[in-house]
Amino acid sequence: MKTCLVVDDSKVIRKVARHILETLQFEVREACDGREALEACQAATPDVVLLDWNMPVMNGMDFLRALRESGMTQKPKVVFCTTENGMGHIRAAIEAGADEYVMKPFDRDTLESKLQIVGLV
Amino acid sequence: MKMEPISTGGAAVSSIAFSVLTALLEARTGQQLASYRSWRVDTALKPLIRERGLDTLDQLVAQLLDGNDAAIGDRIVDALVNQETSFFRDGPIFDQALEVLAACERRRPRVWSAGCSTGQEPLSLAMAIADRSAGGLPPVDIIATDVSDAAIQRAKSGKFTQFEVQRGLPIRQLMKWFDGGDASEWFAKPELVRMIQWRRHNLVAEAALSGGFDLILCRNVMLYLSPATRVAVYAGLAKALKPGGVLVLGAGETVIGQSDALEPSRRWRGFYERVA
Repeated sequence: MKTCLVVDDSKVIRKVARHILETLQFEVREACDGREALEACQAATPDVVLLDWNMPVMNGMDFLRALRESGMTQKPKVVFCTTENGMGHIRAAIEAGADEYVMKPFDRDTLESKLQIVGLV
Repeated sequence: MKMEPISTGGAAVSSIAFSVLTALLEARTGQQLASYRSWRVDTALKPLIRERGLDTLDQLVAQLLDGNDAAIGDRIVDALVNQETSFFRDGPIFDQALEVLAACERRRPRVWSAGCSTGQEPLSLAMAIADRSAGGLPPVDIIATDVSDAAIQRAKSGKFTQFEVQRGLPIRQLMKWFDGGDASEWFAKPELVRMIQWRRHNLVAEAALSGGFDLILCRNVMLYLSPATRVAVYAGLAKALKPGGVLVLGAGETVIGQSDALEPSRRWRGFYERVA
């Protein structure tokens, strides 16, 4: 079973994403911010991280940079999932090493499609 | 006259209204709508009912039957015709379609996207071709048609919602070929939209396009047609292909038992070829 780490400070978003991901046969873990997510990745690397941008403590972009610079041998795919829906943010995320980008609000089709594109569905 | 209601899960569509509307849809497009999908009639026509200041579907049908407004039939058909589509739908098909085009002897291969709905299929193909042109793929003429004028006008506008650009379209393709993002609207770049000739065309009522196509994509159209209509449309598509030209259908659609002019391709898995 593939694993997905959902990183979002909104409990509602984590719950919605978990529900969709479980129907797509993912094992889901959760983190509330970038720092928690980094610790979770170091403990056990997920197949994919679904990553919010704006979060307290450590935001999504800082998490992504820290992940890419970390010495982890296996790195997860990173799919941003954010309300930052402008081309500038998308470009910055992809240049920083994100694999895909989901613009909120999202539904099952969107998430399934993006996970297909990164080769996990 | 008593109108028996058909359950739609919420509202009810009277059986007479349903019969009139499905007969109109089939006469204009060949598409059949089974009674268990009657919910779709109610959902699809609600905006038109509101726009015309009406309260019920029966009132809309009464306006249609009055015959005083020639445009109302077109509007109803545009709303009812199935326009389900997405970018790079059934992705591997596009890779194989590029192989077909790369193998063409003609200097400028011709492609017909028949039943293109709001344009995601031909735009996906145009993006894939443009990305491969540096690798030696020749320029390609793409003609995209749909029975719905509203769908073709939307396709030509290149305007898509946030949900539409997130179904099947890799983010790097969005960055390369689209502008926008404000107000959740995205616009395909004009140079991409211009790679395609857009036309309204009725596969069922009009003769197939001529021009000896190398490749025709007609996906998820046939499944809505009656068996007799399907046979006629397959004959038209076969005629539109050059000998050896390739037809691509949707998953679950087949020409087997419905056309002698087309046969499963030996070179391209899941595709069909016009018998030479």
